[in-house]
Amino acid sequence: MQEAEVRAKLRAFITKELIRNASYPLDDAEGVCSSGLIDSFALAEIGVFAEQEFGVYIPDPDLTVAKMDTLNLMVARILRDNR
Amino acid sequence: MAVRPPEGTLWNAKVLEPLFNPDCDPACQDTPALVYIDADLRPHGVTRREFCEAVVRIAWGLSEDAVRSGGCREDKDPLLIAHPSALSSIFAFWAGIVLNALPSMFPTQTDKIDKAIYQHNMRQLALHSHARGVFTDRAFGEYLGGVMPCPMLDEVDILAHAAGHTFEGLRDGFMGDVQPPAPECYAFLQHSSGTTGLQKGVALSHGSVLNQLSHYADALGLDPSSDVIVSWLPLYHDMGLIAGFMLPLVTGVPLVLMSPFDWVAHPAMLLRAITDYHGTLCWLPNFAYNHMARRVRAPELEGVDLSGVRAFINCSEPVRADSHAAFVRRFEPVGARMDQLAVSYAMAENTFAVAQTPVGEAAHQDMIDRDALQRDGRAIPVDAAHPRGAAQVSCGRPIAGTQVKIVRDDGAQADERQVGEVVVRSDCMLSGYYRRDDLVAFDSEGWYRTGDRGYMAAGEVYIVGRSKDLIITAGKNIFPQDIEDAAYGVEGVHPGRAVAFGVQDQREGTELIALVVEIDPEHDHEAERKRIFGDLKRRIASQTEVTVSYVTLVARGWLIKTTSGKAARGANRDKWLAQQATDGE
Repeated sequence: MQEAEVRAKLRAFITKELIRNASYPLDDAEGVCSSGLIDSFALAEIGVFAEQEFGVYIPDPDLTVAKMDTLNLMVARILRDNR
Repeated sequence: MAVRPPEGTLWNAKVLEPLFNPDCDPACQDTPALVYIDADLRPHGVTRREFCEAVVRIAWGLSEDAVRSGGCREDKDPLLIAHPSALSSIFAFWAGIVLNALPSMFPTQTDKIDKAIYQHNMRQLALHSHARGVFTDRAFGEYLGGVMPCPMLDEVDILAHAAGHTFEGLRDGFMGDVQPPAPECYAFLQHSSGTTGLQKGVALSHGSVLNQLSHYADALGLDPSSDVIVSWLPLYHDMGLIAGFMLPLVTGVPLVLMSPFDWVAHPAMLLRAITDYHGTLCWLPNFAYNHMARRVRAPELEGVDLSGVRAFINCSEPVRADSHAAFVRRFEPVGARMDQLAVSYAMAENTFAVAQTPVGEAAHQDMIDRDALQRDGRAIPVDAAHPRGAAQVSCGRPIAGTQVKIVRDDGAQADERQVGEVVVRSDCMLSGYYRRDDLVAFDSEGWYRTGDRGYMAAGEVYIVGRSKDLIITAGKNIFPQDIEDAAYGVEGVHPGRAVAFGVQDQREGTELIALVVEIDPEHDHEAERKRIFGDLKRRIASQTEVTVSYVTLVARGWLIKTTSGKAARGANRDKWLAQQATDGE
């Protein structure tokens, strides 16, 4: 899958389902977990979405705020296993 | 010579047996007290002997440093515990009990909450409670130290006092100097969250705690030889502290613990722990059933077996029948069944449980007419297929020693199936709010007004709502005023122009928080809207430690005000919900 497609799908999912404001202009490097933009359920939710949408299983040690805080980090992690 | 624990006090806890009984045989000493599972899923097992040794070493250090033994009520020495390590916090809490001081658990700083707010809260808590010290580690002590009105009790320094002593020496020597507790005296304090909660420490006596644990163990049919309690609940919350901590350690049931932060990110770790340690009892707030049903991934269920669980006990927020159904649907292939899903109604003021459904049976569901409930305050039974039918889940019968009464608005006792305020009287009630003589906990006959609305049917308690505006989100109690006050700190948001309220969310199985904010015309363009939206989310998270799920920015004049000029929460909530429904069409 192309990076642009992964990024677009993730961005749409995060703004609509997690930030609950589909028109929110989310920056690629904007911290979403650490900043309170999304709630504490969201990391596990992103894990489920990555598995269902991209077929990528992100193990628990990688599903942390430090490793998944921005769109850039999430896209890179998903593309690593989705080639 | 070893000290004998006074009857009716927490010194008789099973976990403390090696401390008070020198003849405690190897089996008693080596019995596992608890296992803590860390973020990397590594288990840290602690035997009763190791537990007692860690506890008495801290107790000795505390007594050398700052904390006096003895007293009964307000004359006891309060000890705040805010240590980043769960095990150290646990040992320190029991050290406070062994020293006969007055321990209280408090969360440490998280990434989310603003440093200045956290420091302010801790300072206020220490001032209100006249704390003698805060048990913590060096780094956290340095972080807090400058602002606190009491000493930071660094674990390393505290333990250094006992370095040259053996366990037996401390047991037979030091413990002889400790003032023993009495059943009617305070054992510990519980604080709830939020600005209001911090100022209201619930003081519980040894007798109240032991009465609660004894009655509650009977209600559950607790068996220390076969039960295992598994918990991710925070220890500063009544459900975590009493059901998921005191109950197993006092009765001798093995305990498996993990951090709430680890669990929420990795919900399958609870199911794995239940499987690995043969867990039989597990308390959860309602949202947790949805969280696990939706977010445990298929590969994580390999090898999981929930068939040995006697009960998952739903408590701390309104129970939803659809959450139970979703949980069983998702985990039936690994052994989940409806008859494992029990319910409890509980509050810190009653130590913990008020009512409990029978373990081994699905909690009763009462299908009632939703319109009659709202219109007349009556729970009229209807068929399951009724178009206005709503399933209310029973909280079970009051546990022994606790009486429940439903009181109408005019003060008279409600009839069967008539809604009113739930009031409680018991032998396990709080002694009072610590150092708050201005707050009267109960009336002249000993009844405590819970603020919850409910009805009784066939001896069982049903809760239908709250008398106050309180929001209960993911098991946490939040006052909307705290959210609104945080919002007013954002540039462009003026006092009186924000309203927060809770919105039931079926998917999450809990109330989510919504905030509607009026903004001035000069801020009403894309860049400013993004800034205000983001600032509100961040500021509220950093000040209150909860995330607002819905932030809606509206033009001046949108909010409905009362005649006194205040924003009316209920009316604005209805208006917002109607608008959401229209937008969704």
